[in-house]
Amino acid sequence: MPGLITMDDLTNEEIISLLDDAERLLPVARGNQYLPLLQGKILGNLFFEPSTRTRMSFETAMKRLGGDVVNLGDVKNSSVVKGETLFDTIQMVDGYTDIIAMRHPRQGAAQYACDSATVPILNGGDGAGNHPTQTMLDLFTIRQAHGTLENLNIVLAGDLRYGRTVHSLSQALTRFGCEVTFASPSSLSMPQEIISDLRSEGAKITETDDLLSHISTADVIYMTRIQKERFPDESEYAKVAGAYKLHARDLADAKAEMIVMHPLPRVNEIDPTVDKTRHARYFEQAFNGVVARMALMCWLLGVTIPSDIKSDGGGV
Amino acid sequence: MNSQEQSMRRVTAIRNGTVIDHIPAGKALSVLKMLGVDGSMSNPVSLVMNVPSKKMGGKDIIKVEDRELNQYELDRLALVAPDASVAIIRAYTVAEKMEINLTEEVVNVASCTFLNCITTNPREPLPHRLIVIKREPLELRCHYCEKTQDINGLIENLL
Repeated sequence: MPGLITMDDLTNEEIISLLDDAERLLPVARGNQYLPLLQGKILGNLFFEPSTRTRMSFETAMKRLGGDVVNLGDVKNSSVVKGETLFDTIQMVDGYTDIIAMRHPRQGAAQYACDSATVPILNGGDGAGNHPTQTMLDLFTIRQAHGTLENLNIVLAGDLRYGRTVHSLSQALTRFGCEVTFASPSSLSMPQEIISDLRSEGAKITETDDLLSHISTADVIYMTRIQKERFPDESEYAKVAGAYKLHARDLADAKAEMIVMHPLPRVNEIDPTVDKTRHARYFEQAFNGVVARMALMCWLLGVTIPSDIKSDGGGV
Repeated sequence: MNSQEQSMRRVTAIRNGTVIDHIPAGKALSVLKMLGVDGSMSNPVSLVMNVPSKKMGGKDIIKVEDRELNQYELDRLALVAPDASVAIIRAYTVAEKMEINLTEEVVNVASCTFLNCITTNPREPLPHRLIVIKREPLELRCHYCEKTQDINGLIENLL
């Protein structure tokens, strides 16, 4: 069954078409229009590890489109603690729902679920692997700010090793000819297989441990959290935590239209002084998760977005 | 007697069975492991390691008596000895020559070497699938987690 497991599941044309769909759905996401395109459909939210934005935005997206949602709930209260395999869980939820959004601590779990299911699977993050629905909302946010995805200068900073959002995003950006700079401490650098794949496809990439010197040329600075839960022990985490932190004063030489993004939650990587600058875009980015996921669910369920949705003309 | 003949005669000719020649030097033990030859069987097995080879510099040879390996068993060897030559022996003569084929995908031969892959749960029932990305040098990735595989680790993870 088709699903969205990695960005390789989408062509560039499909990405653009989905972003166009998402843009048309903005009034619906804001609640200014009621458009029950997915009435009668049920989304299964299977989050085997913590999630706030991804789970809630999937739920909001389905409900704004007139559909309903069933949740796995707390894993501790599910059959997973009794030793149920992912395969069996998927067989069950497959029967209850029309589409599944899933996050799992094990890498490859989304592909495994996709191979086990008859309904479409949307990968909401698998271990340190992929997070393509986040990538779609990131691309939407970048295009919203710059009017294009092509030939931009993007800096991805922080935990690039365990931060799954940047894996999917870097693959997508380079497909549109963006020049990508990976700024991270060496212990958290982008996995070599991803670097090697990007280079073999002719991508323009730079690896550095110096974030600040790349700010003035950037169109987008994408910060990530140093994720404590990805470290085998506390001491290794402590060594690198806080190494990449952005203050408003660091942005003095930035281009006027440069945007700062973050998949959230942030801890210390972006100082609250940045929130008040024209560059901050992370809260709009989180909102854009709703439209991006609306467009993806409609696409996977074969529902066409009408082209004449009345625009509300308002901001986020 | 040339060096190749000397190599072949380090162990006696077998009457019936399978000869696997041109195994990369030092890999014979891995090949035996992949074939499930662990000493618990009763048929004789001969093995020579690090003998001179014109083609390879050095090579290993294995002779398994009274057992004809099938194509499925041989294809498993592609992970460690993709260029090995295989002969089925009947009544001291080569009855059949077989090739080891490295298919596009290696299914249920070894489990993914990445510790956080979903397939590390032995109770998950779907097949273990390793995709061949590059043949020379051999590069495999797990179909599920997409991690590049450590070939030596795969030998440890044989199913």
